This record gives sequence, structure tokens and C-alpha cells, in this order.
Amino acid sequence: MPKSVAIIGSGQTNHTSRRADVNIPELIKEAVDRALADADLTIDDIDAVVIGNMEHFEGINLSDMWASEGSGAVMKPAMKIATGGTTGASVAACAYYHCASGLFDRVLAIGWEKLSESDTTTGIITAFDPIVERLTLAGAVGGLAIEANLYMTSYGITQEQVAKAAVMARKNAQRNPHAHLKLDLTVEQVLHSPMIAYPIHYLDMCPTSDGACAVIFASEDVARKSAHPPAWVKAAVCRHNHPYIGDVDWRKNTLESAAIEAYRLAGITNPRRELDVIELYDPASFALLSWIESLHICGPGEGGKMIDAGAITMEGDIPVNPSGGVISTNPIGATALIRVAEAALQIQGKADARQVEGVRTALATGFGGSYWSEVFILGRTP
Amino acid sequence: MSQRVAIVGIAQTTFQSAKRAQNYAELVHEVVSELFTKTGATHDDVDNIVSASSDFWDGRTISNMAIQDVVGAYMKSESKVSSDGTLAVLYGMMRILSGQYKTTLVVAHSKGSEGTPNLIANAAFDPIYQRQLGIDGLSASALQARRYMEKYGVSEEEVALVSVKNLANARKNPYAQVAGEFTVDDVMQSGYLAEPIKKLEASPISDGACALLLAREDLVDRFTDKPVWLKGVGHCQDCYYLGDRDLAESEALAVAAQRAYAMAGIRDPGKEIDVAEVYDAFSYQELMWTEILGLCPRGEGVELIRSGVSTIDGTLPVNPSGGVLAAHAVIVAGLVRVAEAALQLRGEAGQHQISGVKTALAHGSFGYCGQMHCVWILSNEK
Amino acid sequence: MSEEVIIQHTALRIPYSWAAGAHATRFYREIAEHRRIMGTRCPRCGRVLVPARKSCSRCFQDTTEWVEVGPIGVVTSFTIVHYSEPQIQPMKPPFAIALIRLDGADTALLHLLGEVELSKIRTGMRVEPVFADEPKGHILDIRYFKPVSID
Ligand SMILES: [Zn+2]
Repeated sequence: MPKSVAIIGSGQTNHTSRRADVNIPELIKEAVDRALADADLTIDDIDAVVIGNMEHFEGINLSDMWASEGSGAVMKPAMKIATGGTTGASVAACAYYHCASGLFDRVLAIGWEKLSESDTTTGIITAFDPIVERLTLAGAVGGLAIEANLYMTSYGITQEQVAKAAVMARKNAQRNPHAHLKLDLTVEQVLHSPMIAYPIHYLDMCPTSDGACAVIFASEDVARKSAHPPAWVKAAVCRHNHPYIGDVDWRKNTLESAAIEAYRLAGITNPRRELDVIELYDPASFALLSWIESLHICGPGEGGKMIDAGAITMEGDIPVNPSGGVISTNPIGATALIRVAEAALQIQGKADARQVEGVRTALATGFGGSYWSEVFILGRTP
Repeated sequence: MSQRVAIVGIAQTTFQSAKRAQNYAELVHEVVSELFTKTGATHDDVDNIVSASSDFWDGRTISNMAIQDVVGAYMKSESKVSSDGTLAVLYGMMRILSGQYKTTLVVAHSKGSEGTPNLIANAAFDPIYQRQLGIDGLSASALQARRYMEKYGVSEEEVALVSVKNLANARKNPYAQVAGEFTVDDVMQSGYLAEPIKKLEASPISDGACALLLAREDLVDRFTDKPVWLKGVGHCQDCYYLGDRDLAESEALAVAAQRAYAMAGIRDPGKEIDVAEVYDAFSYQELMWTEILGLCPRGEGVELIRSGVSTIDGTLPVNPSGGVLAAHAVIVAGLVRVAEAALQLRGEAGQHQISGVKTALAHGSFGYCGQMHCVWILSNEK
Repeated sequence: MSEEVIIQHTALRIPYSWAAGAHATRFYREIAEHRRIMGTRCPRCGRVLVPARKSCSRCFQDTTEWVEVGPIGVVTSFTIVHYSEPQIQPMKPPFAIALIRLDGADTALLHLLGEVELSKIRTGMRVEPVFADEPKGHILDIRYFKPVSID
């Protein structure tokens, strides 16, 4: 069994469409300073740094090197992890393994992106194989639209149900001071927003944001002495898929596979009952319905009923994305780390206006690459 | 370390200026297949994968996407270190030490031939204060070379001895890209690239891949009867701006070495280490790094060569493989230092085998003028 | 069928617009409006950082004070670049890149040397900035540093 590791603090910038007032290291330092303050630590207390972003989004090669001006990595062990949309979760996992290995006691995990500094879609297109796929797949939305269409037609999920999820997420975001889009929407507004790639409307899709997130992981002994209640890592699981979209088996998905393993590690047998809140990486609103099915929160095709019944709203029995999620905030390299940070805040009881009552167990996910998934389960006890 | 982790398999491609017949994934497939042949392992024996590659060098966002199938990542955990391969070994080891995994496949790939090296290097300099000056890795290193040489009174002819030694060693290494019997005069006459660095003192840019299989102590016997034990490791990051550092010194390397030595119980590295593979991207770097690693007093790196200590038949051979000067697939080169050290410990280094090797040092570096260093101590004795 | 493998050529063409941040903005405004080079001082280690930084790279403390430095400084290292990479190089090779520690600064500024015979460049040489006629808000608002004629 892995050694016990906990999150003892986190910090985020106030994510927005463009932070012209700060450069890259300055943006990063804002999140790091907030995380250190949250945990009552100084940079001298940090043993190692793990950082991640996607280089082409800002056009900075070896981005962890310049970032050291703001990451606090100078004269410390530091490494960069970059895995696409999953980056933030992969950074969290790497920081977790730093502590779980017994080699480090306090590790700072940082995810960041300044998407305002380039054309994000052009950057994403370069992810696809230059020989076979790059000319045909247009950025992130192409693959998601294929999946959304397959899901909705297979189970008779309506566009209205999907739009309801989009409205819910943006409503939740209004309670989160760090969220980028805090929109007061109606289902009609979502349905009448431009169609980007059928069946995904403009208001179903995630934005591009400038922002950074920092999370402090600690070994068991250090976490037990922490001034604040820690959020213990009960499981950290990652699953990858084939690189070509035509090779992907849509019925065997990485999120479900990762969740099953995470539940096994955390001893969870009934996720709907045992999980208190979920921070899901929802690149588009259909994922709020479809991907909770992959997490076994409800049966296949029941995602529509979940939103109709209000089960995943702030007032429901299993709130999903009290933070507003990815469709409200998306600085890509930070996005999945924000899920982990938000789940930890819920466990720690520090989520303020977006706090769900009595959270004992929380789940966070990351999504990226060619349908890769990461799942974290956090709890109040090791 | 409470548990022990060993390298149980090693594979590398030959390094060439352009391996046109293979794409990235095919290079990785070659080394993974060889690793499996040598160890009897299959994909089923690989618990998880840590890769190292670069989006800038691959010209592709999420550079690890291309290799998912050939490393067998389907429904497994894979993560990418966007830094030198030595750090991928460390992350692979952490994952085993955590208790969650028993084996890690560590791979790195790069095809320098497919990009424009100086443009890629220039993109590592920040666009606010440095990039427009046209600086790249070569010109930055030249600033360091001069500072080191002037501070410690080392002449150009003395630095040239590194190239003479290492390129001669490379003749015995079938994986090397550049090799030959050169004189100091040949090096001196090879023409300035960026003064004082001459053509034969700058590493070539290579295409190639390297893979290691790591295993937990209790599984080692399944794969090999010659395990190479990971005894100590240290890594550390320095300041970013070249003008913030005294380029003749490297506190980051000193710290990294101290950590590695402390973990491995090394008190007198010059005496206890039998062979060293250090990251000599440029000839002057071997002198600087060997001094700061404590293999000789400061300023006396050249004495190691002149007195025959660091030559292939000396008491502490440095870069018997020919080092990075003989083959430099960016990011892969650090992993190759570990691979070469491991081959020496297994007695499998072929014509460049050093006799009686019990303790070996492998060193990787990343960022310009050695902003990041990672030092490994390996042994064939538990 | 030909044995030759296919090589597909492309270039990543992604537009970028980098925010300099408030400190670099002031650094460049001072050059544009007052022709002076400014650093920032770290309250913890006392070092004056040039170019100006919002925080100290070593101490992780926000800098608190602006300090005018130079304009004369000393070359602490240099190289003469002989290869051509026209897409990135601001001068035709051979040209000189140097680290210059401006008087009053504790760190060295990376820049170019001009109006100098390349074979006569030495470390320890004192140099002064030549400012661009039309500043654009980037590092080439200082065209290069040239040797100080009378020190
Ligand atoms: Zn300071």
C-alpha cells in the first residue's frame, strides 16, 4: 500500500481571460504565494517543486526554467510534467509520488497557463499526428463533438438536458471568486448560442483562461502536524488510451477504468453514496452527464435524469463542480490541478460560499491527451 | 531508501544525425522491443510508464501522445517528464518506492533532425528580456565557457583535451554518432562556432531513443541476474537568468551531488566512484562538472585528463562512451548517461568496458549553462 | 516503388502576444522616456537585480525599491558568434553577445556589443549603452553596448 500523503494547502489566481498586468513567472508566483499563505508556510519549507504547462500555448521552450523566477524552485529539486489537458492532474500525481516514495516531505505542485498569449486552438491542433490527423481534426472540440454525439444519440439525451448542465455549472461559478466565467444563463441562451461542432454549442464549451494553481502535498508525519485539516490522498490513478482517434474504443473508457481502480484503492463500493462531491474535468457540458456515468454515479444513459432531478446541483445528493468546473475556468495546464485543489478545499471545509456540507470524501478528475483520464480520491482520514 | 529499486534492462538505439527511416514511435518501439528481448519481459510485466520528451523538439503539443501504443500505455498509467531523462528515472523510481507499482518502463526519445535546433533553443529564452538578442544554447554556453576558463586559468588547448579524449573513446562505442582520433590541433583548427567553443567541442544534435526497465527488489530476479541498484540521487535547479549566476560555478550541481552522495553513503567521490558519465554537451562542461562533482579540486579538471586519471584506462574514467560530445539526442542524452553507467556495472559496455566497476556516477543536465542538474549513483552491489 | 521515405515539411505558425508585466513595462518606459536603466532591489538579500524583476530570483521576496544603474558597466563574459541563424539573430555574424554588469547592479545584463573591433573585446572592458532612436518596448531599445571611449 502506498504511504499516506495529504494536501495541506492550495492557492489559485483569480482566473480570467487575460492577465496583461503580469508576465508568466509573476502569474505563477501569485498562486504560489497564496498556497504558502494558506498552509502557513514559507518557500524555505518546501523540499521540491513539480510544475507543468503546455509549451506551445505560450511559445516558451523549457518553460520550467523561466518559471523558476516565480515558482520558488531556485536551489530546490524541481521537475516539469506535461501531458496535455491532464497536465495539472499529472503534476499532482508526481507531487504525490514525491511524498509517497518517502523521498520528500513538502512538495509544491504548480499548474499554469496564459492562454491569452497565443491562439489556443492552433496550439492544440499541433497535438495531432502531423502525418495522419493534423489536417482533419480541428482542435479540442472535434473529438469531444464526436463523443457527445455518440453519447446523446445512444441514450436519447436531449440538447436541453446538456444545456441544463451548462447553466448549472456557470451558476455554481458565481459563488467561486477564482472562476473565470460567472454567467447567469438560461437553457434557451445556451441552445441559441452558435453551434461550434454539432452537438456542442458555444456556451457548452470551456473558455480559455489565464491562471495558475498551486497545491502543497505533504508526507504523513508532516501532514499530521499541519495547522490546518489536511485532505488525505486515498487514490491517485491514471489511465491512457490509443493515440489515434479511430483506434479509440468508446465503450471501454479510461475514466471508468481509472475510477474502478481508484474505488478499489480507497475502499469505495458505492460511489453514489460514499462520495460527497465531485470535481469533474468537464471540457464541454455533455461530460457533466456522460462522465458521471463512467464514474458509476448512475447507470449508463442516466446522466440526463441526474440533471433533471437536480442530483448533481449544489442542493443535490452528489454535487458536481461546485467550483463551476472547466466550462467556467480553463487555464489548461492548471485546469486539472484546480480540480484537485477544489476537492481538497471541500474536504478541508475551506470552500467558502461554494462549500458542500459535511464533505468526507471527494473525487477529482483530469482529462487530456488522446482520451486519457486521471482520478483522485481525497478524504478526511488517511 | 527503505525499499530498493534496480535497473533490470537497458536498450538504446544507435545515435545518428538523421534517422529518416523511423518516426518517433518507431524509435521507441525499437528500444522497447530490445528491452523485452533482453529481459524476457512483456507489456504485461510493465506496471506503468514514465517517458521523457519535448514538445518543442517534436514539433508537437503533448509529445508523448505518439508513443502511447509502443510503450503499451493502453489502460495503464503513463506520465511525461518534460525535462532530462535522468529525471524520468527518478520519477519512475518514486512510483515504485510509493508501493503502488512494481515495475516502471522509462523511455526517452528525440529527433533533433526534424527541428531547427538554434530556433528551438532560442525559444527557451524569455521573450521579455532576452529572446530578441538572438541567444541560443551554443552562444549561452560560450559565455559560460569563457567565464570558467578565465576564472580558473584554463586555456583553449586544455579544454580541447576533452574532445580529444571523448571522441577517441567514442570509437569504441557502436552507438556513438561522432568519433575519431583527433589531436588538440585538430580541435583548435575545427573553427569557432561561438568563441571560445569550436566545432569539435560542441555536441552534435542526434536522433535516437533509450529505454530502461526498473523493478522493485523482490521482482528483480525475474528479469536479470545482473541488477544495477539505484543507490543515490539528487537534483536541483538554479536561477534562470545567466547574469544572476556566476557561470563559472554551479551551486545547483554541488547541491545535487551532495544529496546523491549522502543517499548512497559516498564520502570521497574521487576515490569511491569507479566510472562517471557526465553531461558534456560542450567540452568545457566535462571539466566544470567533474570539478563541482568533487572528482577533483576546482580548476583541476584538465589535470584528471592530463594525468590519465579520467582517460579510459585511468582509475576514474570519465565518459568512456564518448559522452554527450559523441551523441546528443536532447533529453535522451541524460538517460543514456544512466544506461551507459549501468552497462559498465553489468560488464556489458563492450569495447569501452572498464574493469572492476562497482560504483558508477551518471549525470544529466537541463536548461542552459546547467540550470538543472541530476546526479545518480549506481552500483552492482546492494 | 521508390525506397525513399517521405519527409513532410511544415512549420508551427502560432501567433504570440506576451504580457511583459508591470516591472518590465517600467523598465522599458524608463529607457524610452528617460534613457536610463533601472533595476529593482531585494529587501532580503539587498541585491539590485537588472533587468528589473518583480521578485528576487533567489529569495522569493518581492522587490521594493527601484534603483538607477549604469549606464556604464563592465563585461563579465562574452562570445563572438560565427554561425548564421537569420531568423533569430539581430546582427549579422560575426557579432558579440556579452554579459554586462552595470555599475550599481549585482547581476549582469545579457546584451550585444557594437561599435567595437571584435578581436579587441575583453572581459573587464567598460561599456555604455547605445539607445535606439525609436523605442518599441523590448530589449533592443538598447541597440547594443559600446566601449567607453574615455573612462
Ligand atoms: Zn534576494
